[in-house]
Amino acid sequence: MHKDTGSSGPSTPSGSSARLRRRRGSNEVPPEADKANGSHLLVNDHNKYKSMLVRAHSSFWMIGGFAFIIYMGHLYIWAMVVVIQIFMAKELFSLLRRAHEDRRLPGFRLLNWHFFFTAMLFVYGRILSQRLVNTVTTDKVLYKIVSRVIKYHMVTCYFLYIAGFMWFILTLKKKMYKYQFGQYAWTHMILIVVFTQSSFTVANIFEGIFWFLLPASLIVINDIAAYIFGFFFGKTPLIKLSPKKTWEGFIGASVATMISAFLLANILGRFQWLTCPRKDLSTGWLQCDPGPLFKPETFTVPEWFPEWFPWREISVLPVQWHALCLGLFASIIAPFGGFFASGFKRAFKIKDFGDSIPGHGGMTDRMDCQMVMAVFAYIYHQSFVVPQSLSIEMIMDQILMNLTFEEQQALYTKLGQIVEERQFGES
Amino acid sequence: MNMMQKQHSPPLPSTPTNRIRQRRRAKSLEVLPDPSKLNGGSLLVHDQNKYRSMWIRTHSSLWMLGGFILILYLGHLYICAMVVVIQILMASELFQLRRRVHEDKQLPGFWLINWYFFFTAMLYVYGRILSQHLVNTVTSDQFFYRLVNSLIKYHMVICYFLYIAGMVWFILTLKKKMYKYQFGQYAWTHMILIVVFTQSSFTVANIFEGIFWFVLPAFLIATNDVAAYFFGFFFGRTPLIKLSPKKTWEGFIGGSVATVVSAFLLANILGQFQWLTCPRKDLSTGWLHCDPGPLFKPEYYFFPIWLPEWIPWKGVSVLPVQWHALCLGLFASIIAPFGGFFASGLKRAFKIKDFGDSIPGHGGFTDRMDCQMVMAIFAYIYFQSFVLPQTNSVEMILDQIVRNLSFEEQERLYMMLGQIFKGQQFVHP
Repeated sequence: MHKDTGSSGPSTPSGSSARLRRRRGSNEVPPEADKANGSHLLVNDHNKYKSMLVRAHSSFWMIGGFAFIIYMGHLYIWAMVVVIQIFMAKELFSLLRRAHEDRRLPGFRLLNWHFFFTAMLFVYGRILSQRLVNTVTTDKVLYKIVSRVIKYHMVTCYFLYIAGFMWFILTLKKKMYKYQFGQYAWTHMILIVVFTQSSFTVANIFEGIFWFLLPASLIVINDIAAYIFGFFFGKTPLIKLSPKKTWEGFIGASVATMISAFLLANILGRFQWLTCPRKDLSTGWLQCDPGPLFKPETFTVPEWFPEWFPWREISVLPVQWHALCLGLFASIIAPFGGFFASGFKRAFKIKDFGDSIPGHGGMTDRMDCQMVMAVFAYIYHQSFVVPQSLSIEMIMDQILMNLTFEEQQALYTKLGQIVEERQFGES
Repeated sequence: MNMMQKQHSPPLPSTPTNRIRQRRRAKSLEVLPDPSKLNGGSLLVHDQNKYRSMWIRTHSSLWMLGGFILILYLGHLYICAMVVVIQILMASELFQLRRRVHEDKQLPGFWLINWYFFFTAMLYVYGRILSQHLVNTVTSDQFFYRLVNSLIKYHMVICYFLYIAGMVWFILTLKKKMYKYQFGQYAWTHMILIVVFTQSSFTVANIFEGIFWFVLPAFLIATNDVAAYFFGFFFGRTPLIKLSPKKTWEGFIGGSVATVVSAFLLANILGQFQWLTCPRKDLSTGWLHCDPGPLFKPEYYFFPIWLPEWIPWKGVSVLPVQWHALCLGLFASIIAPFGGFFASGLKRAFKIKDFGDSIPGHGGFTDRMDCQMVMAIFAYIYFQSFVLPQTNSVEMILDQIVRNLSFEEQERLYMMLGQIFKGQQFVHP
């Protein structure tokens, strides 16, 4: 009944699944978790079929809800990310709170939510400012207001933060200093962890749902494949932190993840709804030129392939090679996010971060690997995908559409200077 | 014993010649029991040994000030080097703070992880800020140019993988029964690095925009400290806040007025030097010439006519930057001291007296830098929002072109633009 190698779905609040399993009163780890012999491996557990059913049931609900939100569009996905964030922050804030001290510090919890609100304003303001401007270009008054707000966005957020900082200092109470500073540091760590990954997730979403859906699906596939391989073949324990994970599960899942990354990218890359970037905050349908990454290239099958292989040519989208890299990361490095969370729970002697999802624990339990993957997906996208998809035509489009005539002239002269300087340096 | 507390005073460099006073620091840095008395017995005005402690603090303050001015004279790169050195010392002090010897013996090599993350953070932060400057320095050499360009392009990925490697290393070194200590150290390391690097990165960014934007805020904090100290010395009666029992309302208000006034005057003096006001676009160390911009060109205001006739000046010339300096002065006197209160509270929470003992009379580097940190961040944000002209889209697109297209593609783009303009010139008059 531990959380570990279970099938996991993406984390959306589950619907109405009944709580088939009764949870123990406290969140304490039962004492047999540290045994390293084989008796607790999943292969030998007799109740595993029942727990698998419970987990599969809630997984289906989560996957269904997730697919529905994807269909609805970018804004709704963003709303889902925000909701998940709030749940995670709530779970994590309450983790280290101690009721005795809390009673003597009324209003201290408000401080957490003040910082949460400030962080949300800062992070989403930065990412979505350009898109917000694009949405209100039609209305003159609104455009001016929005431009003004965006110009002073950083100062506003800074002063909100400083106000929270001063509030914290003014509420410091004698003999509670250590607790209060600990809570302050804990709040900062939580907000940084939660908001880094969610801001990168949202940035990815608006570049094209593909870059959000593919990494998330790969983590899910890795989890499920590891669970199934461990279920049938698991014998050698992987790491002391998570006693139920096995090397067979790990390796089998890696292979399965990479293959499915390659295939999934092909399937997902055909839908314009998933591959087009969203330039503003509208919710309607999307049409665009997907760019060179999503145009299929055909490869002829080499001669040494057996004759019964029906296809002589394979059409591969260039994005599938990127998907292989994402799959490799998802199977090898992203599980360390899970190990980190396991170690963390052992350090603080808790069993799960929360209990919102039956069979899985809280939101944070589901999102731990997703967080590492989201950050990587964003950085990968910014470093390797964006430069490739920038062609001369796209930059020309930008120049002709976004700049005024004088600005275009200025660009032309500056570019001329750069080119001339280089030619002078080379000759 | 209260005289040895950190309170307000100007920043100093640490020189070994100043340990005149024997410090009883051998055993521990524990707080002695009386600092929380609120009656007048702890205020500076009534302290009999205050003259001697003031002499020691002044002595080390003068040395620090001298060293600081020398570094300013040497230039941008040396100031950055000084910032980096101060950073390393601060991080050392702070890492030390929460380490417990007993656990540390069971975890050999664990302290290496701290410095590994420190190195990664330094690479990331300074790489981001100085990438453009680095490119401008190596444009002469073809090979270096390409090397530097590709390093910058993949800078974020490199730093990310270094961080992930550190996290994986951390997870693989988790030892049973030490989990709580190790996670606590991990979180503490992150907090320290974030605090130290945010403010130092903003400081360095400000330096390269013009030494003025680094010197002015730093001097304002120092002025505020010194002024509050002297006003408290002579007039202090009403305690200000329980956290720092020696600070007084008279010192606070007197310090604020003095800071704002000196901000106005100091900006005028500092703004006359091109060495201080010109931005540095690359990593060279030579002399600087530039057009300082409208902020540093004096504007003349005539005095209104009702002023009495014996005043010799008819008007006053004000650099527009002095109005910005007023805002900086206001922040330095009212909000920056909260950085000091935060540090005081932190020291009480962990029952330590000072963060370190590098500087005689003042404690460690973190004790001196606590208000500077809050000010540096504000100075950067203020500068980016109110002083710097907005980066226009021309710059952004030019940046994209230079970074993402190859040389041939850039030249092709240039030809295509030229053709479009020739065609357009017949349409637009």
